Amino acid sequence: MTDRRGAVAFWLAVGAAGFLVVPWYALQDSVFTLGWVPHFTAKEAAPAWLQATTHGRVWLAPLGALLAAVALLLAPGLARTLRANALIAIGAAGFAYFFAQGFAIGPTGWYLDTLGAALPPLTGGQYGMGLGAVLVVAAFAMLFAVGLAGRGFFKGDAFVAGSVVAVASLVVVFTFFPVFRILLSAVEDASGLFSLPAFHARLTTEKIWGLGCVVGQTRCGVAWNTLALALLCATGCTSLGLAFALIATRTDFRQKKLLRFLTVLPIITPPFVIGLGLILIFGRSGLINQFLEFAFGIQPGRWIYGMQGVLLAQVFAFTPIAFLVLIGVVEGVSPSMEEAAQTLRANRWRTFVDVSLPLMRPGLANAFLISFIESIADFGNPILLGGNFGVLSTEIFFSVVGAQLDQGRAATLGIVLLLFALAAFFAQRRVLGRKVYTSLAGKGDSGLPTQLPDGVRRLCYGIAIPWATLTVVIYAMAVVGGFVETWGRDYTPTLRHYVKAFAIEFTPNGVIWAGAAWNSFWTTIKLAAIASPLTAALGILSAYLLTRQKFVGQGAFEFGTMLSFAIPGTVIGVSYILAFNIPPIEITGTAIVLIVCFIFRNMPVGVRAGMAAMSQIDKSLDEASTTLGARGFTTLRRVILPLLKPALVAALIYSFVRAVTTVSAVIFLVSAEYEMATTYIINRVINGDYGVAIAYCSVLIVLMLAAIWLINYLVGERKLGRRAAGAPRLATIGRNAA
Amino acid sequence: MPAASIEFQNVRKLYGEVAAVNGVSFTIAARSLVTLLGPSGCGKTTILRMIAGLELPTSGTIRIGEADVTRIPAAERDVSMVFQSYALFPHMSVLDNVSYGLTVSGQTRAQAHEKARSALATVGLTGLDQRLPSELSGGQQQRVAVARALVLEPAVLLFDEPLSNLDARLRRQMREEIRDLQQRLGLTVVYVTHDQSEALAVSDRIIVMDKAVIAQEGAPRELYAQPKDSFVAGFMGEANRVRGTLRRNGATDGTIALGPLSIALPHRGIADGEIDVAIRPEAIDLVAAEASPLAGTVRKAAYLGNTMEYTVDTAIGPLFVIHGRVDRPLAVGASVGVALAPHGVIAIPPG
Ligand SMILES: Nc1ncnc2c1ncn2[C@@H]1O[C@H](COP(=O)(O)OP(=O)(O)O)[C@@H](O)[C@H]1O
Ligand SMILES: [Mg+2]
Repeated sequence: MTDRRGAVAFWLAVGAAGFLVVPWYALQDSVFTLGWVPHFTAKEAAPAWLQATTHGRVWLAPLGALLAAVALLLAPGLARTLRANALIAIGAAGFAYFFAQGFAIGPTGWYLDTLGAALPPLTGGQYGMGLGAVLVVAAFAMLFAVGLAGRGFFKGDAFVAGSVVAVASLVVVFTFFPVFRILLSAVEDASGLFSLPAFHARLTTEKIWGLGCVVGQTRCGVAWNTLALALLCATGCTSLGLAFALIATRTDFRQKKLLRFLTVLPIITPPFVIGLGLILIFGRSGLINQFLEFAFGIQPGRWIYGMQGVLLAQVFAFTPIAFLVLIGVVEGVSPSMEEAAQTLRANRWRTFVDVSLPLMRPGLANAFLISFIESIADFGNPILLGGNFGVLSTEIFFSVVGAQLDQGRAATLGIVLLLFALAAFFAQRRVLGRKVYTSLAGKGDSGLPTQLPDGVRRLCYGIAIPWATLTVVIYAMAVVGGFVETWGRDYTPTLRHYVKAFAIEFTPNGVIWAGAAWNSFWTTIKLAAIASPLTAALGILSAYLLTRQKFVGQGAFEFGTMLSFAIPGTVIGVSYILAFNIPPIEITGTAIVLIVCFIFRNMPVGVRAGMAAMSQIDKSLDEASTTLGARGFTTLRRVILPLLKPALVAALIYSFVRAVTTVSAVIFLVSAEYEMATTYIINRVINGDYGVAIAYCSVLIVLMLAAIWLINYLVGERKLGRRAAGAPRLATIGRNAA
Repeated sequence: MPAASIEFQNVRKLYGEVAAVNGVSFTIAARSLVTLLGPSGCGKTTILRMIAGLELPTSGTIRIGEADVTRIPAAERDVSMVFQSYALFPHMSVLDNVSYGLTVSGQTRAQAHEKARSALATVGLTGLDQRLPSELSGGQQQRVAVARALVLEPAVLLFDEPLSNLDARLRRQMREEIRDLQQRLGLTVVYVTHDQSEALAVSDRIIVMDKAVIAQEGAPRELYAQPKDSFVAGFMGEANRVRGTLRRNGATDGTIALGPLSIALPHRGIADGEIDVAIRPEAIDLVAAEASPLAGTVRKAAYLGNTMEYTVDTAIGPLFVIHGRVDRPLAVGASVGVALAPHGVIAIPPG
């Protein structure tokens, strides 16, 4: 029987390495280049013990003392409970002190003047935390967890205890802290002091809540714009999605495969491709305007720009998501219920209205709310097509990057947007209850789905087929546009744009990546490839903890892991800037902030996919594994993960694709050094350089298809013999705004 | 590790406010097969899971052998369990399933496979090593589950309703095999079931549970013949409950008056007076009306192939009767005499 001394020794070693060997503070260059080794004793690169002894940063010394105390606990004769209690105390103290000193002491000394007045002055400040700091805080957190397991919490499983503590800490740092920071910014005035009047003034401004478009000649506030757009968009997406879902399941429509394909397109394309396609068709130099000018001499207008254009683009972009939600629901309506209604002499129409539709109602509400959330969080389409029509997400962007540079205003707008999103998020959770994980399981039910009544069928065809055709045309435009000289003026076929973006020169000195897009392309792939496995791992681990373990605070834990799902990307972007551009956590402008952003934005999907899949795996499998001597980690690795392969694939693909296609959050976080494909493209579009933008989009789509294939290939299939269970579809996973 | 004894001392398990197990104490001797018997929801599975370490008790002490294991996690206990659903790993072959516990504890694959093969041979399953669980019949899956648990040579082996997913014929065969295996290998086995005939057939001792506490514990014969209360009497086989009057006449002997009948039987220390009496249906004989002072009228009759089942209205209440004379069935409405065999009439202590 173990007394956990091995685990204690391991984490003590990690902590000691962090305290004694590697640089405590963040360096200019990556710590892994080892450029710091020669400057081991310098003020910037020294490890904590040197910082404390020779550079006057005495406040780091207690951390070392606590680590030394842990060493005493390695004494072999110590009683188990005593060791566990001591670990809990030391771990918690170290963890708390670590953050306390980090948030109390900034680059120039005490952060708060009140503290400075009460405490002795400091000889110097400190920079953002580096590798050493990370190792030490991780060590304290894990020692704390080992102590908890030693006391019998988490059924005595140190792996489970450590995972819960780790995931919870990460979620607090990278989701709750930024949100808290944005709230703080909103109530600070220009000089950084707490000021409710400033907040009140920002919050109640005409620019947000004005009703000028209804009662007068001025524009409406962006909050109303956002809401109106989202309601219209959600209505449109839900109706269209339902029409498609009914066609796919309740008619003998031939091209169902094509329908499915159409639903995958928006998932693997950057969200603004639709906007781009619309510009190519309806824009000033778009096909329609060109034709009208050519045939009737009508001056090309900018009428696609504005609410109508954004709405059109969003409905195109998000209908497939509504479809994916609704098809599960429509399929889930048991045919035997409809058959029962028919044996009770209801005709097809009555069956549809009295039985089928009411059974679908929660699904319809869910689809509506998901489209609503997508719409308010959307950034790419409003920025391309909005014109003078501002919504919250674009307004936030302009407050931060524009001439205004008003962080308080950005934070306030962010809070309004966040409240809308959270309201919809909670409404959605209410609608779904906890059914979400089982309702889409696709129970095998005998009986044939009832065919639609004729009137309904005609209506569905009438709406859906033209719409689907238009979608195909838009995507086609977005591909073709990359191969012509200048859209609207010169349709000569050319590869010019591809060359400009992706030229490769082979010189005697080696290959030169001469194309303008390579930099952002490789950055995108690299960051997505790093983020994707981490996202999937964290998501599935959280799902495992949520479905397979029981611990105090599990509800809060679930809420925390799911929360970032509801936070619109622009809000995340702003909050990350506010939270992470000053010590103790100073990571803006680095690749780390992008990776962290990808991980915590996309993790909820991994959690959901994992939970859905795990709810199909009987708990007794874990228990059998446990009684056969396997601990949590072994059980996860050898029993659960192999059975979770489909969910793992889904999570990997999703997080990779989302990392590549997302715009809203990253547009705040990119830097000259780390530019992403989507931000590069958007900048090209804003500059009117459509050719390169379109060419780049097409390349991204190909990249994504390759990645999906590669992930499937690497993870492999799950084999269960002849009674194999079906893989959970992507539909069960849902999708949030870009 | 050699087979070990199990001891529960005043063990309670609460789920929120609800006690799933409410202060239970017992000792299970090493190398014996003990059944936990009781209606659904009485806490049997919870007890089993606490022995395995899958649940930790809210209070009380659990010992396995000499060691106090109350707070020891499941993975560190020397206990194996055969699950009701078998819980075979669907992505592993039969051989890998059985080897799993060995490889987890650090044995090489080759070693593990060799031991697994011999465990599979022990349960009479050879030649299916490479099949996946989904490619086996229910009985075969059951055997794999047993082999997987056995291969670790656990101090204690647990079975949670192992036969409930099998058809009636296979059930009898498997229960005999489990009993045989337990005797051959000298295992300590705790076996959960809600089927009293299963419990009677395989057990050294039976612990009857009711509403989260132990109703009675004893050897099968003892429980059937001398149930402590009417719950145990009713649960250990069918029983008609009637009222009778007891009169003690000696150190152990007594006479019970049931209407016009008078039967000699052990008084079991119960005081004189009116008491509950349980009458086993197979202890009732239906004779000619004039051959017994207790008259009855047949109200229902059912033909079951090897027996007849009757419900007979009598002066002491309606009686359910199982009768062996299938060749001469009685018609509904027939008048009969009711006679009782003393071995199936039990005085129930007032409780
Ligand atoms: N995880 C649990 N949470 C809450 N109540 C439970 C849990 N497990 C069992 N119970 C309750 O404890 C009681 C005993 O359950 P169990 O031991 O499974 O009964 P049995 O196996 O005898 O049918 C039941 O009332 C059951 O509802
Ligand atoms: Mg049970």
